[in-house]
Amino acid sequence: MGSVFPGLRCAPPGAAIWRPLRGLGRGLGALAVCPSYVPVTKLVQTLLDGLAVGGLYALIALGYTMVYGILKFINFAHSDIFVLGAWISWVFAVRVLGVPDSAGATAPGWTGPLVFLVAMTACGTAGFLIERFAYKPLRNAPRLNVLITAIGVSLLLQNTGQLRVFFGPYPKSMPLLVPDVTLGYLAGVRVPLVDVIVLGTVVVLMLGLEGLIFRTKLGRGMRAVSFNTSLAALMGVNVSAVISFTFVLGSALAAAAGFLFVMKYPAGLKQPADTSWMMLGLKAFVAAVVGGIGNVRGAMLGGMLIGLLEFFGVAYFEPLYRDVYVFSLLILVLLFRPTGLLGRATVEKV
Amino acid sequence: MRLGVGTLLRNLAPLVVGVALASILHFWIQPASGAFATKVLVDIGINVILAVSLTLVNGFTGQFSIGHAGFMCVGGYVAAAVTYYGSHRLYGDAFLHGGVLSWTAGQGGVAGPLLAGGDLLFVVACLLGGLAAAVAGYVVGLPSLRLRGDYLAIVTLGFGEIVRVLFQSTQPQLFLAGEIQSQSTWRLGTMLGGALGFTSVPFYSTLFWVYAFVALTLLATYRIKQSGYGRAFLSIREDEVAAEAMGVHTTRLKVRAFVLSSFFAGLAGALFAHSIGSINAGELGFQKSFDVIIMVVLGGMGSISGSTLAAIILTILPEVLRTATEHVNRYLPESYALPDLRMIIYSLALIVMMIVRPQGLFGLHEIWDFRKKARRHEGT
Amino acid sequence: MALLEIRDLDVHYGAIHALQGIALTVAAGQIVTLIGANGAGKSTTLRTISGLRRPTAGTLVFDGQSLVGKPPHEIVRLGIAHAPEGRGIFANFTVAENLEIGAYARHDKAGIAADRERVLTLFPRLRERLQQSAATLSGGEQQMLAIARAVLARPRLLLLDEPSLGLAPQVVQTIFQIIREINAAGTTILLVEQNAHMALQTAHYGYVLEVGRIVMHAPANELERSDEVRRAYLGVA
Repeated sequence: MGSVFPGLRCAPPGAAIWRPLRGLGRGLGALAVCPSYVPVTKLVQTLLDGLAVGGLYALIALGYTMVYGILKFINFAHSDIFVLGAWISWVFAVRVLGVPDSAGATAPGWTGPLVFLVAMTACGTAGFLIERFAYKPLRNAPRLNVLITAIGVSLLLQNTGQLRVFFGPYPKSMPLLVPDVTLGYLAGVRVPLVDVIVLGTVVVLMLGLEGLIFRTKLGRGMRAVSFNTSLAALMGVNVSAVISFTFVLGSALAAAAGFLFVMKYPAGLKQPADTSWMMLGLKAFVAAVVGGIGNVRGAMLGGMLIGLLEFFGVAYFEPLYRDVYVFSLLILVLLFRPTGLLGRATVEKV
Repeated sequence: MRLGVGTLLRNLAPLVVGVALASILHFWIQPASGAFATKVLVDIGINVILAVSLTLVNGFTGQFSIGHAGFMCVGGYVAAAVTYYGSHRLYGDAFLHGGVLSWTAGQGGVAGPLLAGGDLLFVVACLLGGLAAAVAGYVVGLPSLRLRGDYLAIVTLGFGEIVRVLFQSTQPQLFLAGEIQSQSTWRLGTMLGGALGFTSVPFYSTLFWVYAFVALTLLATYRIKQSGYGRAFLSIREDEVAAEAMGVHTTRLKVRAFVLSSFFAGLAGALFAHSIGSINAGELGFQKSFDVIIMVVLGGMGSISGSTLAAIILTILPEVLRTATEHVNRYLPESYALPDLRMIIYSLALIVMMIVRPQGLFGLHEIWDFRKKARRHEGT
Repeated sequence: MALLEIRDLDVHYGAIHALQGIALTVAAGQIVTLIGANGAGKSTTLRTISGLRRPTAGTLVFDGQSLVGKPPHEIVRLGIAHAPEGRGIFANFTVAENLEIGAYARHDKAGIAADRERVLTLFPRLRERLQQSAATLSGGEQQMLAIARAVLARPRLLLLDEPSLGLAPQVVQTIFQIIREINAAGTTILLVEQNAHMALQTAHYGYVLEVGRIVMHAPANELERSDEVRRAYLGVA
């Protein structure tokens, strides 16, 4: 499990002094006074990593939350769409484009964007097909059945990826589609191009989604369906089309997260059925719940929070408990604010 | 209800039959079949307990738990630690100290008493494992079962993960008798092997013990289903709001079903640890939980015999599929070798099942209900 | 000329036979009302017309086109708008957004803007609250919003389900006045009401529905004078 983030720098040897909250407080204090002090480097590094990975969680969480908002069910297969995005990126870059996947090999500049678009298209299509053939027949079935179907879809996606003709059952390494360039140093922390690309893409995609949902007619239709399906239908909203579109959109965002993830952590790309993937997907799901499931802005907020919590926990407390921080937050939120940070209270209809 | 000797006998009769069957398996079937067949039989027994216990929650009350392996893990670790360290305390080593019922033919020696002190230790360990899992079930169930159904799924999933991490971050296991003697009992409880898992657990899970516990589980769940509790559980599954309106205390009942289910899952974990001689939280992740869910779903949500049958089939099927694939691959060049399609077939079966027959093979019914129905049809 | 023609309509809810052989005609330009007790099948009739319910048998023809089997959003595009029972506004939207989604099926920007002006003139109260969340409106305002939103679809047939439900008598008067105005401007209306008195005063033609069957139909003023209707629905002995 420890190698989920192969690139993560763990606490430096002297970190024991900066244990628990005291360390965090001093770190913040030091940032104000003395910018070149070591704790600042650690703080900035943790912040950068936490935001980048939190952004990826947020992208995945958006898919969970949008589908929940409209169909009121947890699409457990969504994290596997994210994984699909990751391994399709590898398959397309290495098997189709023939980019060498040996360590240190670089590719021409146009491959990155191309692979990105292909991954998003492939996952969007997969999302469409899954909705059409697995979930649509169950539109009026009990929720439990839909949930089980989702697990079936999840297992199907994982094990299809395990086939040798696709990704295969062993870890691989992703060729560097983004040159390993240093853009500069921030308080002693190296800022590589790939981090800027990851954060930049996340921000652009989120702004785009925000605009789509709150400023366009289609977005208004989506929000209407999410509020009340039959009422939306009476307004002339094509409910089936909106649901399909939601799946395509959520899947494409998950694919983007998958692509960006392999860009940030190219070494040791795990096979599709590896449990570490599920863990990432789960944390994204927790992000959706923490933010308030069904709430798009909540998913963005939740993703960032989970990413920061995880990386600060690892850097300043005990690295071994990285998953425990996240799930403890989940349980706290469920206990004290089950609708999430930005969620609205809803009444179960009789 | 009058509690006479006759009623008591009638109530215990199925358990007696179960223990008798377990003895037959132990004394006649086990020596005749090889070690491999015995292992498959033990796996079947453990899976039956898991599937039937999950039916209590997923099938009867319609709640969706996907952390069953987590409870199995709790039970397994607690029981393994009790037998291993307990055995050290009592006998100074962690070998088998049981009677004939906990020896398999391969280990020689069928002489000796039927039961010995080690068996008692093992049974107590199993029950403690079950109880620990039940307590965990209460802690997890109480908050999440107050909320809407989906949240239970999320929390159980998170719970399974937390359990895994917690067990994996325990202290190293102690192996030297002297070291074990010098530690306090409470400290021993934290020395569960960490990421390496807890090993050297004595092999008490023979066919007899596994199937005796299977009989206990089946009897208990069947009686629950037939009782007023069972009907109340089912009313929650059919319509929670209506059940509440009819005076069913839904949260309390859901928690009870969940605690019971966790108890049996813990029991299964205990048997599992004593059958392979070790337990490792890293190997009991979602995958194991999903395996159990598939059994419950295919067997029929709420059908005890259906879940049992599905557990039997789904334990044997992978072995058959694997052997078949190996046979075929022997005649194929390596580059054309058939991949392991087991999980793909499973997942497709699950999806198709939900669309075509969402209530599972048997639905709520028991296998014998269908014979009754057929007879009734003949009669008219 | 009949704008909507329903023949032998059967609808089932599971084992319950909710509508049994309903026949109903709505003439273009009129207000037709469907009165009856709770559970008689009035709302079911409207839900079947707008496509939320599938009939088990029978025909529904709107302006020469069959409605059977069409999904709700296509029926809206044919020119039928439905303001459902219990107001059914989008509580997560502002008042302005609620109005905009009423015109979801339309693409003529200028026409939408003109119609928006028209309904805001009809319902000045809504104009004051445009940027407010729809959830903060009073019951009467919510009903006005539901009607205004349906009008923005520029329907040829407007289905109104219990517009007077739970409103103060004063507000009911206003709502019915506006219903007449909308009709006078050329929109045909099928009105479902429990308030038989108001409904028959407003409508041109009326149908009486009892446990899934049409038991009487006649011009509204005749129904109002009929002994059975007076006894059963108008509370006159």
